[in-house]
Amino acid sequence: MVLKTETFMLNAGPQHPSTHGVFRMRLTLDGEVIQDMEPVFGYLHRGIEKLAEGLSYSQNMVFTDRLDYLASMTNNHAYVVSVEKLAGVQVPERAEYLRVIMAELMRISSHLMAVGFLLNDLGAFMTPLLYMYREREKILDLFDMVCGQRLTYNYMRIGGVSQDVPEEFLPALKRLIDSLPRFIEEYEQLLMTNEIMLVRTKDVGTLSKELAISYSAAGPVLRASGVKWDIRKADPYSLYSRFNFEVPVGTKGDVYDRYRVRIAEMHQSISIIKQAMEQIQPGDIQTKISRIFKPAKGEAYGHIEGPKGELGFYLVSDGSANPYRWHMRPPSLINLTALRELLIGVKIADAMAIFGSIDICVGEVDR
Amino acid sequence: MSVFHNILPAVFDSAPLASDWPGGFWAHMIIFIVILFIFVIFMAMAFIYFERRVISRFQIRIGPNRIGPFGLLQPVADVIKILIKEDIVPFNADKILHLLAPMAAITPAIMVFAVIPFMNGASLVDLNIGILYIVAISSVSVIGLVMAGWGSNNKYALISAMRVIAQVVSYEIPMALVIIGVVLFSGTLSMNGIVQAQSIPYILLQPLGFVIYFLAAMAEINRTPFDMLEAEGEIVAGFNIEYSGFKFALFFLTEYTEAIAISAIITTLYLGGWKGPFLPPVLWFLIKVFAVFALIIWVRATLPRLRIDQVMGFAWKCMLPLAIINLLITACQVIFLPDLSQWVLVVANFVITGILIVLWSRFFRITGDKVET
Repeated sequence: MVLKTETFMLNAGPQHPSTHGVFRMRLTLDGEVIQDMEPVFGYLHRGIEKLAEGLSYSQNMVFTDRLDYLASMTNNHAYVVSVEKLAGVQVPERAEYLRVIMAELMRISSHLMAVGFLLNDLGAFMTPLLYMYREREKILDLFDMVCGQRLTYNYMRIGGVSQDVPEEFLPALKRLIDSLPRFIEEYEQLLMTNEIMLVRTKDVGTLSKELAISYSAAGPVLRASGVKWDIRKADPYSLYSRFNFEVPVGTKGDVYDRYRVRIAEMHQSISIIKQAMEQIQPGDIQTKISRIFKPAKGEAYGHIEGPKGELGFYLVSDGSANPYRWHMRPPSLINLTALRELLIGVKIADAMAIFGSIDICVGEVDR
Repeated sequence: MSVFHNILPAVFDSAPLASDWPGGFWAHMIIFIVILFIFVIFMAMAFIYFERRVISRFQIRIGPNRIGPFGLLQPVADVIKILIKEDIVPFNADKILHLLAPMAAITPAIMVFAVIPFMNGASLVDLNIGILYIVAISSVSVIGLVMAGWGSNNKYALISAMRVIAQVVSYEIPMALVIIGVVLFSGTLSMNGIVQAQSIPYILLQPLGFVIYFLAAMAEINRTPFDMLEAEGEIVAGFNIEYSGFKFALFFLTEYTEAIAISAIITTLYLGGWKGPFLPPVLWFLIKVFAVFALIIWVRATLPRLRIDQVMGFAWKCMLPLAIINLLITACQVIFLPDLSQWVLVVANFVITGILIVLWSRFFRITGDKVET
């Protein structure tokens, strides 16, 4: 007897515990198996790119905080790198070191969240996530110390940073950096030898090297597929050419590899911060720029390696105080384009794991 | 009438026996049922509080501590909140099924308590087929969940209902098979008889049986890592997604009632029930029930969830063969070595369990192929 079966449509999102905000997937299901997926986004669209055209270059800094709200500091960094490239501003060395320290701390914090939410999507009832929140809190305390904010920092300025770090910052940072590897090891011991964790992540959502490149994926998603591509090495900005660090890559490009790459990157970030702490010298933190900042006519694309991938800003100046065009390359959105390819043929449970492993932030997807 | 025992005479020595009560058998039956209901509801509230506090400790939180001393009244506040909520029935739902489902789910869950011995002879009825009755009744609960999943006319709920049928039916089989092991040792199907037969707790004589029963029970009551039914990350809340107010409260109560029932059954079958030195039997029983539940919470706080096909594979490829082997070994021990010292059997069974689990983990993987760490 041949059963007559039908596919049906399931709406996952925008209100769904695993869609990390307000992302929506229209899933066509055959039983539990996904036949097709249509992503729907834009629920969090605020028109930031258009708004930015009406404000001056330095006023736009606050918008960058609100893009990827789990990694505001790196958004700041990407934006100042782009503006400085557009206007040719030099940055004092101490400011660069501070930027690197902040960006790497932010990367650790963002990766902690990525891994924590991935585990949450796999069904580990909140426990790993809350442990990762504990470490993230310590990083946020440091940010609080330097700029008085815990989520939207607005710390970096065109040509430097808004203020120097207080005296107690570097000792506190050292304490944190010394304790972090132990905690990261702890999470790994808890979960990475766990059979359930392994069967849920290994060979699930495999993104091949070619596919990853053709979808223009970046960051941990690309590196997990085995492509050694890191903007910090490929096109060094700031002071990254001065530091020794590895670019961890995966082999298969499955959920497990993406997880491993993030854990390994946290260790590398710790190593970069250690080197930066040794090299940092007292000095200026801000280049003098004119109060009404008007870059010459032209365009520039500056990019950095954000926690989620290549984070870039394309700026066009018409010589006035406001940007003529302010466009962002959002790594979350571009990594997300490969999602449909990964989801077809897997079960709903795996779909959530794969979605979690891509690590998107809807604030950045929708802008 | 002699099979009916009385809780009150057991608790207060001076209370009159059932036959002396005015109104006779039915009056005392009704009083017992009321006592049992109150017990179940209070235990469910205690379990909710206990779980929230314990899981908070696992998650470096404090947990509810505002209402009442140590937050003890939190479950009361929860109940009040949930009861004053609007009762929403979806427009396209099958109204009758939607209404009946919570009742169909909770009734069998509470019926299980009829045969649980809280102390020697203190159960509503001491059926001579007690454990068989439990196996039969506890699988009826599924019908309520399926009714809810179908009656809500919601796709998430439907997926959840389909999952629960597959899962619970699969795990019934290893569960029933390991219970036979206990019955072979004790020589009786009566719950009180099983407790009385345990000169040492059967967890020592049946370690493999305990492990299998514990895992199957967690699958049966849909606890992590087998909580396919209400996997909040995937199908949001599963079968009860369209329920609110009192109906939701009933489902919530069902979940915890089943957890209490399973803890009580494990206590009775494997941990020596109400037996224990120094303390009164009821206290021993409750301590053991809470200990089993703490173990369930521990697992929930630690492990991620399996996928539905892995859950099914685990039942059929791992639990079922091990349960059959356990039954064979137990039968051989009971038939051929009836005079052997119990402690020799304890050592032998622990060794056998270790060997079997190691062997199985060598050539069995949940996905079927080997996973390198």
